[in-house]
Amino acid sequence: MAHLVKLNVNGVKYEQEVDTRVLLVDFIREKLGMTGTHVGCDTSSCGACTIHIDGKAVKSCTMFAVQADGTSITTIEGMCKDGTLHPLQEGFKEEHGLQCGFCTPGMIMTAADLLNDNNNPSEEEIRCGLDGNFCRCTGYQNIVKAVKYAADKG
Amino acid sequence: MSELIGKPVKRVEDNRFIKGEGKYTDDFNMNNQTFAVYVRSPHAHAKINSIDTSSAESIKGVVKIFTGKDIADAGIVGSICGWQVDFKNGDTMKEPGHPILVADKVRHVGDAVALVIAEDKYTARDAAEMVDVDYDILEAVVDPKAATQDGAPLVHDDVPNNTIYDWELGDKDATDNAFQNAHHITSLSYHNQKLIPNAIEPRAALAHYDSNDDKYTLYTTSQNPHLARLIIAAFVLSIPEHKLRVISPDVGGGFGSKIFAYNDECGVLWASKQIGRPVKWTSDRSEAFITDCHGRDHVTDAKLALDAEGKIIGLRTKTYAAMGAYLSNFSTCVPTYLHGTLMQGLYTTPAVHVDVTAVVTHTVPVDAYRGAGRPEATYSIERLIDTAAREIGMDPAEFRKRNFIPPFDGINEPGYQTQVALQYDSGNYEGSLNKALEVADYDSLKSKREKAKAEGRLMGIGFSTYIEACGIAPSAVVGSLGARVGLYDAASIRVHPTGKVTIHSGAHSHGQGHETTFAQVVADSFGIGMEDVNVIHGDTENVPFGMGTYGSRSLAVCGSAIMKSVDKVKEKGARIAAHKLECSPDDLEFAKGSWTVKGTDKSVAFGDVALTAYVPHDYPEGEEPGLDFASFYDPANFVYPFGTHICVVEVDKDTGQVNIVKYVAVDDCGNIINPMIVEGQVHGGIAQGVGQALLEGAVYDDSGQLLNGSMLDYTMPRADNLPMFDTDHTVTPCPHNPLGVKGIGEAGTIASTPAVVNAVIDALSEFGVKDLQMPLTSERVWEVINNNNN
Repeated sequence: MAHLVKLNVNGVKYEQEVDTRVLLVDFIREKLGMTGTHVGCDTSSCGACTIHIDGKAVKSCTMFAVQADGTSITTIEGMCKDGTLHPLQEGFKEEHGLQCGFCTPGMIMTAADLLNDNNNPSEEEIRCGLDGNFCRCTGYQNIVKAVKYAADKG
Repeated sequence: MSELIGKPVKRVEDNRFIKGEGKYTDDFNMNNQTFAVYVRSPHAHAKINSIDTSSAESIKGVVKIFTGKDIADAGIVGSICGWQVDFKNGDTMKEPGHPILVADKVRHVGDAVALVIAEDKYTARDAAEMVDVDYDILEAVVDPKAATQDGAPLVHDDVPNNTIYDWELGDKDATDNAFQNAHHITSLSYHNQKLIPNAIEPRAALAHYDSNDDKYTLYTTSQNPHLARLIIAAFVLSIPEHKLRVISPDVGGGFGSKIFAYNDECGVLWASKQIGRPVKWTSDRSEAFITDCHGRDHVTDAKLALDAEGKIIGLRTKTYAAMGAYLSNFSTCVPTYLHGTLMQGLYTTPAVHVDVTAVVTHTVPVDAYRGAGRPEATYSIERLIDTAAREIGMDPAEFRKRNFIPPFDGINEPGYQTQVALQYDSGNYEGSLNKALEVADYDSLKSKREKAKAEGRLMGIGFSTYIEACGIAPSAVVGSLGARVGLYDAASIRVHPTGKVTIHSGAHSHGQGHETTFAQVVADSFGIGMEDVNVIHGDTENVPFGMGTYGSRSLAVCGSAIMKSVDKVKEKGARIAAHKLECSPDDLEFAKGSWTVKGTDKSVAFGDVALTAYVPHDYPEGEEPGLDFASFYDPANFVYPFGTHICVVEVDKDTGQVNIVKYVAVDDCGNIINPMIVEGQVHGGIAQGVGQALLEGAVYDDSGQLLNGSMLDYTMPRADNLPMFDTDHTVTPCPHNPLGVKGIGEAGTIASTPAVVNAVIDALSEFGVKDLQMPLTSERVWEVINNNNN
């Protein structure tokens, strides 16, 4: 059964018909064509699909698109403003916080929420804050540094 | 002085990844594409009585359903094994078939029985659920050693005792003799457990057959697109090789699991021709757990013989190595040529004997996973070493020093010939250990351990001094050992008319940072900027050839091919420059981007020479226009990185929780091009090795069900499981490749697992604990503490 979904993604309003069972991540990737949000698991464990809904980090594989009706969404594509990288994007590059890059969008979105709640997190707070996101490449060390870089930059 | 080599240059590829603009296989779509879902066996071993697809086919939007009969009727053989290892008695290796879709019998949970293609992926899944397969469930075997026993269920009827081959290396008689004369023998038995790689990007394929020019295109998650093309075209689907283009775009991690040309990708490629439309398949994670090749799964008895002075006089191992249900592409070489050949370690052990039996079981196929054979070898050796040191009451660092191979540079001193076939290129093992002891402040750590003990806390220090063989080659040698492929690499350098450069790399980057490292090397070589160099990889139609990325080989092998092309450009460039400067090429020297007549200020810039090569109005007689060279590089030997890792743990007595409180890694990968990237590779490698030591492991029940087949159940390191690692290095250049480089991709994984386990055993030594089976979960550690307390 199809529903009309109205939502704002990265500042742009969308109105689309969508089947009830379509996952939000599939909607974003396949209907809106924004492929920066990734799918790494099917159990809400890896965090690669993390986006912001009304400012809070959410795993978009765990919601139906229809549940996002009326919300304001930010994906990784919306983090860079007017050609200027978000401090986290800059931090991930400066601190070598990524290798294959697949977990990176989800990591950045989770970390952004973390920094919204706590703008000066300790190493332990960063590590705990990221424990819903898997990275298989970096051993997390430089991701922690990247988040710290962004926090220091304010 | 290099401007870029040796500098922590920020990665150029990051610009797209941090913005979500990387393009991975599932991000590509084609007009009129369909979506595929495989129907997979829920049983480990079962006879297929019938497959009824009628209900599934009646669902609106289903395009086509294929079963094993369709594959058999098409005469497709399925995936192949790329390395032949024969029995000790000369009998040929057993090589059971691996059909893309099985028709008669399933042999592991996840074996594919049907391929459903529909207009969208939700419909394909609905239909896959409706495919009705009638099975007779059969008894399964999952333990590699038990599988070889008489009466064990057979995985393949034509593989008696489930034994693919038996194999040995080293001098058995000399080793037996050493053990007979030993003053002390240390023995360990363990299961180097089955691991599931879990690259965060699942495997995927987008296949298209174009009837206009009878040509196939396959976008896929491959670490080695040319190798995939070769295997798929020449062996699996019998497609003329020039009619198949394999594109491996951005790939979200591999760790070995994306080396292989899997049946799944072959199936959708074949299907795209059958239905005349593009077909897309993306594995979900649950599917990845039961289809991506697993790693390790060795059951091993290992023994070390010592004389009265604490010198090692013999080492012996017997391993049952699981292949899983079928032979994956390189499964057979992992427990032999990537494992047995490393059993010398970095010690002077005069007698070594390795015995391996390769076994099929009713589990997911096993193949190379980060380190591939070398972690298993290093685990055997380094666990024995720490255990032996403790048993004879010697400090583990001192015990190692007593037994190390002395330093050799491979130039003034020859390479070191081991008892197990390899000749190490260069090494300074004691130098590495000494540096690690200094970085870790070992004396202080020992004091802290005493203090902890006095306070009733459990602190342990574990060592791992490792060596690995990577940059696997030369082709003639691996060919003589059973490899069915060559193991060189290829790269071309295209200097454009304006002096800008494109590198075409046969190695594929899926996290390793080739787009940066290779550009650093070439930019420095030509005295131009990073921004003047572009790296192309991952497309068989845009890159001349390549063997891909695995075995920490990219820089050592493909980097050397790049350097060969650099030399060719420079040689030709010098001839053009000499013509312009009216001198002999011998009178020229190249530095900072210009050829200069020695002893003068007369020079011509790299860009001017490039332009002249493409606008050859005033040009050397007989010289071809253009400045574009491809090279193949087949190494003279493996490269042999080594190092020392020291792990310090505290174990919580009440919970059994292991906390890594300090971790020091001193690695030697020869010359370093980009220390930032090297450090990152070490971090990630350590994390995966720590994962094996403490958290990970496939758990099967006796019926062959994978009990932890999801990310909810299979525990991998998360950010709050790991500490900050202290990394450092020594530099012992490789004597036989142009950059003097070794390899660093797998070192962390190879080194860390035994370092962590040794540390935990050290912490638990007061309970008389000599060994524990990995993973050292808090439950397992708590049990041993409490059993001993009781």
